Amino acid sequence: MEAGRMKKIIVDVIILICALLMLYPIIWLILSSFKENKDIFKTAQELIPRNWTVQNYIDGISGITGIPFTTFIFNSLKIAVIATAGAIFSSAFISYGFARIPFKGKGFWFACVLVTMMLPTEIIMVPQYLWFSKLGWLNSILPLTVPSYFGHAFFIFLMIQFIKGIPIELDEAAKMDGCGRMGIFIKVIMPLIKPAIATSAIFSFYWKWEDLIGPTLYLTQPKNYTVSIALKQFLDSQSSSNWGSMFAMSVVSLLPVIIIFFLFQKYIIEGISTTGLK
Amino acid sequence: MEASKKSSIVKNKKSFPLMGRFGTLSSEKQNNISGYLFISPFIIGFLSFIVVPMAMSLYMSFHDYDMLSSPEWVGLDNFTELFTEDSKFIQSLKVTFTYVLTAVPLRLITALAVALLINRKSKLSGAYRVLFYLPSVIGGSVAVSIMWRNIFGDTGLINGLFTTLGLDPVYFFKHQGSALGVLVLLAAWQFGSSMLVFLSGLKNIPNEYYEAAEMDGAGKIRQFFSITMPSLSPILFFNIVMQTIQSFLTFTPAYIISNGSGSPMNGTLVYSLYVYQKAFSEFKMGYASAMAWVILVIIGTVTLLLFATSKFWVHSESGEG
Repeated sequence: MEAGRMKKIIVDVIILICALLMLYPIIWLILSSFKENKDIFKTAQELIPRNWTVQNYIDGISGITGIPFTTFIFNSLKIAVIATAGAIFSSAFISYGFARIPFKGKGFWFACVLVTMMLPTEIIMVPQYLWFSKLGWLNSILPLTVPSYFGHAFFIFLMIQFIKGIPIELDEAAKMDGCGRMGIFIKVIMPLIKPAIATSAIFSFYWKWEDLIGPTLYLTQPKNYTVSIALKQFLDSQSSSNWGSMFAMSVVSLLPVIIIFFLFQKYIIEGISTTGLK
Repeated sequence: MEASKKSSIVKNKKSFPLMGRFGTLSSEKQNNISGYLFISPFIIGFLSFIVVPMAMSLYMSFHDYDMLSSPEWVGLDNFTELFTEDSKFIQSLKVTFTYVLTAVPLRLITALAVALLINRKSKLSGAYRVLFYLPSVIGGSVAVSIMWRNIFGDTGLINGLFTTLGLDPVYFFKHQGSALGVLVLLAAWQFGSSMLVFLSGLKNIPNEYYEAAEMDGAGKIRQFFSITMPSLSPILFFNIVMQTIQSFLTFTPAYIISNGSGSPMNGTLVYSLYVYQKAFSEFKMGYASAMAWVILVIIGTVTLLLFATSKFWVHSESGEG
């Protein structure tokens, strides 16, 4: 018995060491951002800063070409929030149709959802660009937000699975009470699929927040840059001079992602375990 | 008039006899109408943001188009140029296939190994999942690509450690192989989501299977190959398909780490990066469209091949759908 316990503890320690190794790069990035700029690469192998400083954060927040970094954060937030709101509500609406209503051609349209899910967005990057330029949407956030309002295949799929787990009797009871389809959807289904909505919202936010290629193509004016483009610009313009502020702003860009992760990890982990979302 | 009629129907919904008859009489028709009403956003989005752009790109792939002058018909020239004259295209295919064939197995093997390691009764199992999944959460960001670039940079973390240990520094980004290797490692580092899917698969394997195997005297390794692997095979298959498709079109890490150039000597010129260069640096939209269709056909073929092999090794779950 004692030996069994010992073995268990040893395995736990080994796993924790592995986890620490995995996370080492992130810890290194965070602690390096508090080093003096000149020290970052001179003392790359040391984890703890010799002289702690927040100068990198002060320099970084002042931004690029006179535009403060907070503007980029605001731009990213705006796009992520607008797109996410559209993606979750439209996906919920669509998934109700697929999950609960028998209609002609359902199989075909569901197959289209699956195809969309498998189709990598990079494939349609060029034609979408041409299409949005025809619509006159270049240099605006429209290409980054409007498509979200027509449902997202992954979220539709996730929510269909979720709705199918809700007893149909609840729908029928609501119908007896005089609810139409719309009433059932809003009063019965929506409250019950909150976990799936939360999972979708988190992933939608993440994808939009991290997206680089979309904003690079569609936002050409520096005042509209998102955090992703701003970091890329940092990389281009300060290739040797101020690594410290780039590290600091990288940490800032990861903060919302990590905070949301720790607050809502339950939804995230459940969401992936059921759908294999990225 | 119209409004008052409507409101009276709503008011009397419960007691209005006609409503019930209306509902049953044409319920099939009504279902069709409301079904299409609910999925209409998807249909509109699918047509306008997927089908129309795809059709446009098919049209463009037979044209020369620089977005300034009108498209000029060139027949199959874009495609023949790709395969016969464009050595950078062949190089990008090589890079991409090497990337897919190394990153996907490495990522999935790591995911499976870690899933097996942490799939045990422990107070810490929740913490393990969170810690190992964290890199996947932030992995797609620019910040992580920047971090990775600096870790493997000439004076970065790895070389700092090498120097401390008295080793010669390694210039990862000076050689094609090691530069691509750094990208593969970054992909493998983000094994978290596959790991979570494997973990939930492992939880679904009934414990009785293992108990029965133990009674029959099967060892741990035998149990792994006779119980764990067959039970996980549908999940493994799903993961292979999704990860392969995604890996064929990896972009951000290569774009950040090579500064958009695919350097050194096109060693990290992954396919998406080359499409991006052709489309948005050279504005050869027709050519880039042709490239998108080529990779779509390649991905489609690979996916079909994977499905074809699946019946030989993927254990189908009977009874459950």
